[in-house]
Amino acid sequence: MTLVTNDSVILEEPSFARRMWRMLLADKFALCAVIFLIFILILAIIGPSWLGDLATKQNLRGRNAAPFDWERGWVWWMGADALGRPLLARIIVATQNTLMVAAGAVALSAVAGTFLGLIAGFSSPRVNQVIMRLADVIMSFPSLLIAVIVLYILGSSILNLMLVLAITRIPVYLRTTRAEVLEIRERMFVQAARVMGASKNRILFRHILPVVLPTLTTLATLDFAYVMLAESALSFLGIGIQPPEITWGLMISQGRQYLTNAWWLSFWPGLAIILTTMSLNLLSNWLRIALDPVQRWRLEMKGHKNG
Amino acid sequence: MADHLLEVRNLSVEFHTAVGVVKAVRNISYHLDRGETLAILGESGSGKSVSSSAIMNLIDMPPGRISSGEILLDGVDLLTMPAHERRRINGRRVAMIFQDPLSHLNPVYTVGWQIREALTTHGTDAAKAASEALRLLTRVGIPDPERSLSKYPHEFSGGQRQRVMIAMALALRPDLLIADEPTTALDVTVQAEVLALLEELQQETGMAILIITHDLGVVAEVADRVVVMEKGVLVETGTVREVYKNPQHPYTKKLIAAAPGKGDMHAPAARVEPVLSVHDVRKRYGSFEALKGISFDLMPGETMAVVGESGSGKSTLARILLRLDEPDSGKALWKGRDLFTMSPAELYKLRRDLQMVFQDPTQSLNPRMTVYQLISEAWVIHPDILPKARWRERVAELLVQVGLGPEHMGRYPHQFSGGQRQRIAIARALALEPQLIICDEAVSALDVSVQAQVIALLDKLRKEMGIAFIFIAHDLPVVRDFADHVMVMQKGNVVELGTVRDVFETPRQDYTRALLAAGLDPDPDVQAEHRAARLRRAS
Amino acid sequence: MLKFVRTRAVASLISLVGLLVMVFFLSRLTGDPAALFLPVEASAEMKEQFRELHGLNDPLLVQFTRYVGDVVTGDFGESLRKARPALDVVLEAFTWTLWLAVITMTLVAGAAIVVGSLAAFRAGGFFDRLASVISLIGASVPDFWIAIVAIVVFSVNLAWLPTSGTGSLLHWILPIAVLFIRPFGIIVQVVRGSMIGALSSAYVKTARAKGVKSGPIIFVHALRNAMLPVITVLGDQAASLLNGAVIVETIFGFPGVGKLMIDSILQRDFNVVLAAILVTALAIFVMNLLIDLAYALLDPRIRH
Repeated sequence: MTLVTNDSVILEEPSFARRMWRMLLADKFALCAVIFLIFILILAIIGPSWLGDLATKQNLRGRNAAPFDWERGWVWWMGADALGRPLLARIIVATQNTLMVAAGAVALSAVAGTFLGLIAGFSSPRVNQVIMRLADVIMSFPSLLIAVIVLYILGSSILNLMLVLAITRIPVYLRTTRAEVLEIRERMFVQAARVMGASKNRILFRHILPVVLPTLTTLATLDFAYVMLAESALSFLGIGIQPPEITWGLMISQGRQYLTNAWWLSFWPGLAIILTTMSLNLLSNWLRIALDPVQRWRLEMKGHKNG
Repeated sequence: MADHLLEVRNLSVEFHTAVGVVKAVRNISYHLDRGETLAILGESGSGKSVSSSAIMNLIDMPPGRISSGEILLDGVDLLTMPAHERRRINGRRVAMIFQDPLSHLNPVYTVGWQIREALTTHGTDAAKAASEALRLLTRVGIPDPERSLSKYPHEFSGGQRQRVMIAMALALRPDLLIADEPTTALDVTVQAEVLALLEELQQETGMAILIITHDLGVVAEVADRVVVMEKGVLVETGTVREVYKNPQHPYTKKLIAAAPGKGDMHAPAARVEPVLSVHDVRKRYGSFEALKGISFDLMPGETMAVVGESGSGKSTLARILLRLDEPDSGKALWKGRDLFTMSPAELYKLRRDLQMVFQDPTQSLNPRMTVYQLISEAWVIHPDILPKARWRERVAELLVQVGLGPEHMGRYPHQFSGGQRQRIAIARALALEPQLIICDEAVSALDVSVQAQVIALLDKLRKEMGIAFIFIAHDLPVVRDFADHVMVMQKGNVVELGTVRDVFETPRQDYTRALLAAGLDPDPDVQAEHRAARLRRAS
Repeated sequence: MLKFVRTRAVASLISLVGLLVMVFFLSRLTGDPAALFLPVEASAEMKEQFRELHGLNDPLLVQFTRYVGDVVTGDFGESLRKARPALDVVLEAFTWTLWLAVITMTLVAGAAIVVGSLAAFRAGGFFDRLASVISLIGASVPDFWIAIVAIVVFSVNLAWLPTSGTGSLLHWILPIAVLFIRPFGIIVQVVRGSMIGALSSAYVKTARAKGVKSGPIIFVHALRNAMLPVITVLGDQAASLLNGAVIVETIFGFPGVGKLMIDSILQRDFNVVLAAILVTALAIFVMNLLIDLAYALLDPRIRH
């Protein structure tokens, strides 16, 4: 009998980046979302240094100036706030704080939660129990209320805000990671690595983590939107970011008292939040499919039809 | 032309996939009469299940599409019929049972509810359905049928679940029963019982059976005629005997030649100093005794086959020998040192000598690592085996040794077929230059033709490199051509241990004999003899 | 079954004890409790008197034992603002929040399950796309923003609904509508995903082979299986309603526990704040238990 295989159906496959790009093209909504998010990201980076002065300079004659006044410079197109500061410029400047708090909180909670989840899923039942109970405690916290109290006691700064939001989100990553680790550690390829004598660290970081990562990426994208909403809620209540710093949530709060005669003060920052969270949701939905080898064909099929 | 119960004419089905449109079946035609059993024989990817899904209207469209053909049931084309009419045919005139009854039964409803639903859906009133469900469950041989009606699928064994599926399918006495790999996941003894039940029921009701299988033995046991499929094309058709005795198409010839259990048996060399000596190993999980005192010796370069049905403890034994699980008591001396009391540092060194090849190569290879990474990982973990400069060269050597090529180094596991993946897994085990490889059902997930190739590869490695094997299987014929010694296990005990010739030709224990008798022979004449013998014993 | 509930209850009880410890340390160790509990303008003398009165000069362990003893007997001290037992004040407010949460979640669950299931049945169809857009927007909108926009539109401009307070049924409409949006958006997506999974499962294939109609396939075969992940998310959302109605309550002047918290914090009524946290946590604990029970009811495999 011949020992050489005769069933050489080895499929040629494009690189990862190419593949993702093609799948992105196949989903027009996700593509728009990504373009919008990149745009927002650029604004966040250059915003404060570019328009910082304009956004803070008071102009009492232009108080609550109405939007759509095409005569004036483009920064005035969305109108002005109660101190006559151009809203569009303020929104652009506020992008940085808004994104920074959310990004910081997501990064912190994702790293801490994933790490704890890996440990919980891969160590003795006792350690696992302790970590899970800790997560339960955090989960049964009325999280927003705790945040209110902690910020009240510790004082609110960008860092504290990030920390508080991060702590309340840790269980989300912890639970997901742990559940996945518990499942993956029983898979054959992990057993195979154990049989070869691989160390625990190697198994965790080389074999298990890469398999969990797509799920976590999807989750973090979705959570970014959640944290943004939580931050703006806290800022809205007046215990998040404090003036003169600005975030979109704080801008809504500041506009609230002028609602009846100058709706645009709260409307535009709210729209900015909605568009950003919506883009993140769209991106997350797309990632969920694009990173899942079982579902990927849905996007790739579309891509083929289009191209 | 005679009026057939079912006639499939020029059916073509295609699916949209990532790599473009795949033609799952191309222009196939076959027919089936009342009371007759037709087998569709094919390996994975042959499209053998597609036409039956088309009959039942179970193809998801999209991504599927029926591009041509007709399916006539008593002369009426199903494909042009409106959906609600086809729904009325499903379950009433044509019923279906599947390979994996656990996932095909709804986990959150009782089996009684599910059988009754099959009846009430087509208009039987509730009281009649209840009494019918009890009758059906009794008929298919479920113990304590009355109480079983209110049990959930997970409370039954695999064989019982398939009986429940059969009861459900036959509730309305359909004219045609489609059985898609109905016994593949079952133990051989249970398989024989389920097939016998199907035949009895066929005689009672006069229904036609369309059985889809990859197993020549199943074909020989139950079918009147057979249709052979390869890559979506129907390559051969005829009565079972014609096709087996006088196959026309090269693919059929290859398939028949690949059936295990026809070569010469090994004559083991004289026993010397054992390389592995296992004494009285015990293991329990809660109240379940998985291993009740296992002892055996393994000589260097020898192959020990461990055969047993599910629950026999054979896989637990493998896991314990590799220290993936800890035994409760017992000893395993590897060159005189007890495996079970080794420190982590000693164990780490031992890993080089003891390797494992797993059942399903799809799962045992990390999907995110290339072939090069998979194989060279052995040397990352044990850096003193080979200097890094030589890794590429050695990976290439190993790939050639297992029948692949150096050009496959940069690819990922999912780009290979099942058999090729198992070759990669074997190359990975060889990278550590082990003296013993434990193969846990290493070929059971593979197609028959591929199975034979992989076994030949393992045998070659044994001869060339003097590696000893512990080869775990649920199927006796597979180990016949390959093993020196055979150990038969049942419920945590060693039932029989002897040379391959002794076990196959003069089995001493009833259980071994039952296992041998339950195994299905691909030769319809041999199988007919088996069946006659079985009936004699039964009466 | 009973054993299952018992082990879950014990586990949750441990969480509750953990919460108790944390709340204690939060209130005693993050600064001078006297400064936290007393009004800002309190003199040094008053603070010393306060410490003496409440045993704040005792060793920490003694304080902790006393604190636990008080809490277990339901004694959270007086509300400084209302001069009534803190627990009474909290329970009164909590009843309002509980009603708000229960009504909202019932509506959300009913609507989201129907919409999500129908969207999943014809995945990619018109209704699915419509449901996707609506749920996407719903899940992305900040509730406080919707709340103030709704006030401008319905209360100020159209003058259909009252802006704040309780009193009539009309007062409930805006808070419930606003609270409805986000959980609805999120749960529709979960139901849809879970249903798509269930509808492509093997047992649905069996049901189709049996000739079962589409209606029972969706709502009898698939839904009960698909509900398991949905229930978890329903629980999470209900929990965040119990503690997250803060904003909506504040904006609509709804006398729930969230508004009470904010008011109490701003007015340094810390006994009320601590009581409110524990009561909310207890409610979430009870709800988690209910979720576990629902799990066991839906899935016989968990029961055994």
